[in-house]
Amino acid sequence: MSALAVDLGIAVAKVGFVMGFVLNLGGLMTWVERKQSAVMQDRVGANRASIFGLRLIGLFHPLADAIKMLTKEDFIPARADRALFLAAPFVSVFFALAGFATIPFGDVLRVGGREISLQAVALNAGILYVFGMLSMGVYGVLLAGWASANNYALLGGQRAAALMISAEIAIGASIMGVCMVYGSLDLQEIARGQGAYWAGVIPKWGIFTQPLGLILFLTAGIASTKRIPFDFPEGESEIIGYFIEYSGMKFGMFMMADFVETVVIAGMTTALFLGGWQVPWLFADGFQFPGGLSVGLPHLVVVALQIGAFVLKVVLMCWFLMLVRWTLPRFRYDQAMRLGWLGLLPLAVLNIVVTAAVLLL
Amino acid sequence: MATLKPVLVTRQVPASPRQRLYLVEVLIGLGVTAGHFFRNMGRWLSGGKGAVTYQWPEERRPLAPRLRSLHRLVRREDGSPRCVACMMCETVCPAHCIYIVAAEHPNPDIEKYPERFDIDLGKCVFCGYCVEACPEDAIRMDTGILEFSAYSRAGMIYSKEVLLGLEPAGADGLPTVQPPAAVIRRGFP
Repeated sequence: MSALAVDLGIAVAKVGFVMGFVLNLGGLMTWVERKQSAVMQDRVGANRASIFGLRLIGLFHPLADAIKMLTKEDFIPARADRALFLAAPFVSVFFALAGFATIPFGDVLRVGGREISLQAVALNAGILYVFGMLSMGVYGVLLAGWASANNYALLGGQRAAALMISAEIAIGASIMGVCMVYGSLDLQEIARGQGAYWAGVIPKWGIFTQPLGLILFLTAGIASTKRIPFDFPEGESEIIGYFIEYSGMKFGMFMMADFVETVVIAGMTTALFLGGWQVPWLFADGFQFPGGLSVGLPHLVVVALQIGAFVLKVVLMCWFLMLVRWTLPRFRYDQAMRLGWLGLLPLAVLNIVVTAAVLLL
Repeated sequence: MATLKPVLVTRQVPASPRQRLYLVEVLIGLGVTAGHFFRNMGRWLSGGKGAVTYQWPEERRPLAPRLRSLHRLVRREDGSPRCVACMMCETVCPAHCIYIVAAEHPNPDIEKYPERFDIDLGKCVFCGYCVEACPEDAIRMDTGILEFSAYSRAGMIYSKEVLLGLEPAGADGLPTVQPPAAVIRRGFP
């Protein structure tokens, strides 16, 4: 087998893992959203969909959703711009999915003399790439609003675009502190940098080095996913949103883009602030606890633990984002704009200044 | 006569600095909902019930015995309706949803009987005046049946035969008979 074929195989396997992880988690989120909100609100939640009387705590609901969305009438308004109307959901979902590519899910896997970096695409400007992908999502929303030939959709698209831009500038600014502390734009390098320890005890995770950055990033991240409390692109009761003219699976793709963006934000938070794939006190050759106790582990077990830790952290972050979504009431539009431009952005700049001052001293 | 003290209603309580910061209050709110989540998850995982809701129609909430549910007509020992077609209920009904056609009874002890006794449940407001007004205790609202529906307005008109076929609710407040299928009466007044 030629080296090229092996490289290709490895690349396909990594992309397959990431795509499978993101898509499955995104699909599962439709169930999690219903079930978690129910448990939080003392309800029972989704449990009606059944196959031969088997309900499996509502796990068939995503399947029922899929059947419903595929069999619904596929409607295109008469005066809509057909090409743009059809392209918009694809644009939305593509850029949401592509965002996860540079997020590392493990350190280096050594197999047969090869060193495989465990991320779908090894980019030395990974953060910039994720930002690019996240901000391109605005185009899907704007196109949907414009191409629908519906004033409500247009208004919803404008609101969504204004919100996402105000949020994404704050995301970009809030991340700079992390890049400065770990001295890299490569997400893999940042994850490695979080393996250091203060006094050998406290891991140097982003949550401890950049607490303000974490809060700003989470706030702006939730805003960029267009979900409650920043859901005024949809704003169900007063404006119906940029996807008002979409039906069936095209509407489903917008919903899926939101869920996938949530997963991407959870992955970014994990990679930047929660230590990425780092397990506390787990080094390349096993655990080395602060007390001097050490446990040796084979390489494959270490890699498996790292991947497991990453998946666990992402799932926990998804849980947290759902918790936020089902706890907070919606912002008013001008409040959210003020929060984005006059709250998050200045604070993020302040965070950069303070971080730079601390690093220089 | 007691006088009511005027109460000053402030339109908006000024927010404290902590509330204006917003973040602390958000974290408290998240703590409340997360607390519900973990408490309910603990109940689910230990085999309990982590919800306050009823899973209708599998689980039915027991109703209070005095709740006014679907009407029924009470029978005598011989099976004939107790109703003597006195028109009291029809007269007292604020929704005008009861229609009685009276006829001569063959038994000389009973003056009249209802040839037709229809209730238009699409109009009924479930006030219970008919039950109160009836001198013969011929109509009651104790079936415990709350689920009856129809695809047409005519289907909401329940006839004497249907109403006579209903039974009172059991001790737990749950109906002892199935909710009647909608009966369509043509030529209704």
